[in-house]
Amino acid sequence: MKTILMISALASVLIVLLIFLFTTKEAMPAFREIGVWKMLSDTTWRPGNNQFGILAMIAGSGLVTLGAVVIGVPLALGTAVFLSEIAPGWIAGIVRPSIELLAGIPSVVYGLFGMVVLVPLVRTIPAPGNAGYGLLSASIVLAVMVLPTIANISEFAIRSVPGGYKEGSLALGATKWETISRVIIPAAKPGIVGAVVLGLGRALGETIAMIMVIGNSVILPAAVTNNPLSIFLSRARTLTGNIAVEISYATGIHESALFATGVVLFILIMIVNSSARFLMKMGANS
Amino acid sequence: METERTENTRMMTENFSLFYGSFKALNNITIKIPANRITAFIGPSGCGKSTLLRSFNRMNDLIPGVITTGAVFLDGGDVAREDVVQLRKKVGMVFQRPNPFPKSIFDNVAYGPRLHGTKNRSDLAVLVEKSLKRAALWEEVRDDLHKSGMSLSGGQQQRLCIARAIAIEPEVILMDEPASALDPVATLKIEELMNELKKNYTIAIVTHNMQQAGRVSDYTAFMLTDEKRAGNLIEIGPTKQIFTTPSDSRTEDYISGRFG
Repeated sequence: MKTILMISALASVLIVLLIFLFTTKEAMPAFREIGVWKMLSDTTWRPGNNQFGILAMIAGSGLVTLGAVVIGVPLALGTAVFLSEIAPGWIAGIVRPSIELLAGIPSVVYGLFGMVVLVPLVRTIPAPGNAGYGLLSASIVLAVMVLPTIANISEFAIRSVPGGYKEGSLALGATKWETISRVIIPAAKPGIVGAVVLGLGRALGETIAMIMVIGNSVILPAAVTNNPLSIFLSRARTLTGNIAVEISYATGIHESALFATGVVLFILIMIVNSSARFLMKMGANS
Repeated sequence: METERTENTRMMTENFSLFYGSFKALNNITIKIPANRITAFIGPSGCGKSTLLRSFNRMNDLIPGVITTGAVFLDGGDVAREDVVQLRKKVGMVFQRPNPFPKSIFDNVAYGPRLHGTKNRSDLAVLVEKSLKRAALWEEVRDDLHKSGMSLSGGQQQRLCIARAIAIEPEVILMDEPASALDPVATLKIEELMNELKKNYTIAIVTHNMQQAGRVSDYTAFMLTDEKRAGNLIEIGPTKQIFTTPSDSRTEDYISGRFG
């Protein structure tokens, strides 16, 4: 029995290793012929021209994730605090299942929603070349998609804060809000940071909804007006989108370069997840 | 009884009853808490002594479904009419389990003063030092103020919580079995500290430990549940009198260990 359980537990370790090894093996020709540094630092992706720089896609993935965090984290944190500290039972009884439902919506449906609602809305922002498709629409879609993850885990973290902290604060004459902002949220911070980084991981990996709203142009995103924030009106392509859009017809070194894109994505997500673990540990120790 | 009449009353309840929904937990309690004295509440588990203590700073407000009748007074004013923030500034509380915040020792003590408007770092430093000295913790932590309050021993944590409570200069300190989670040495320190504190503060303490009540308190109130499980005040008097010549036979039975 013990052996069976151990094998099941080891299976996931093995699968991760296999995926990494297999992807890296397929990516090797690209890494060898193009060069790792060249791929990472070059912004030009022109498979017909044998140019395989993925920096534009790294920037695209990074920016859309940043946008999703900026929009999604306050929303998710607000939800978590509301559900754990403020909402009367019956309201929580409506909100919580809705969030679970949100988590269950297929990402392609998010993409559809983005296309018919967000893209036309973003298009109304006056800026040169703004067609609505781009980082802003994608960030909003992604923010909603990571909301359940961040809200759920943060709510759990807040609920796990010992009741004694709350009582102690209130007994010192703190209001409910002072208690939440000065004691409860700081005490739950390691869990909240973990939730945000898990959401980051999920955001980096999202594919189909991004393809549908981000515009998919392989360009290094840049501000379209004097306002630096207008970078979010730029079209972009994510690492995931790059693979999904082209893999069906790619051959040879092009195909290998797409696997290399996958390896970069894999490593990025590993970095994000281990920094989450590190941050949570740091928070727990301090 | 002579002495009792000359005491100033800091807090009192008048025909105070408390219900959890339809369950009556406190029945018609009228009691006076003398100023600058230690009043101990004793009685078997479930007799309502903690509930009564938490009525003095309205901590029971947090529990849904709590209804009260009668009144609780602080310096003659009805606490139900007072702003709860102001009330808790004047009536501090120390809990059964030491509950320092996961912050530095300094920030734990400075928490209350910051809430109530002291922002200046040097003012805070003075207050923190004064409060830690009064809580007899200063000598042990003076070089470690930046360390987490959680890193202290249980007894030190409880004294930190006392320092935190006195940092906002309350009039009354409520202590809900403050030493029940501590070892005998730490308990003794807390008891010595209480004796020191009563010069400046009025203290009400709930305790399971009758020796403790006998050692530290000036007045002792004995509580007991009636046949409907509602808590009643049986009697209150100078501690020496309650422990030697109580006027109610039930008090005598409890004190002499015949039940409870």
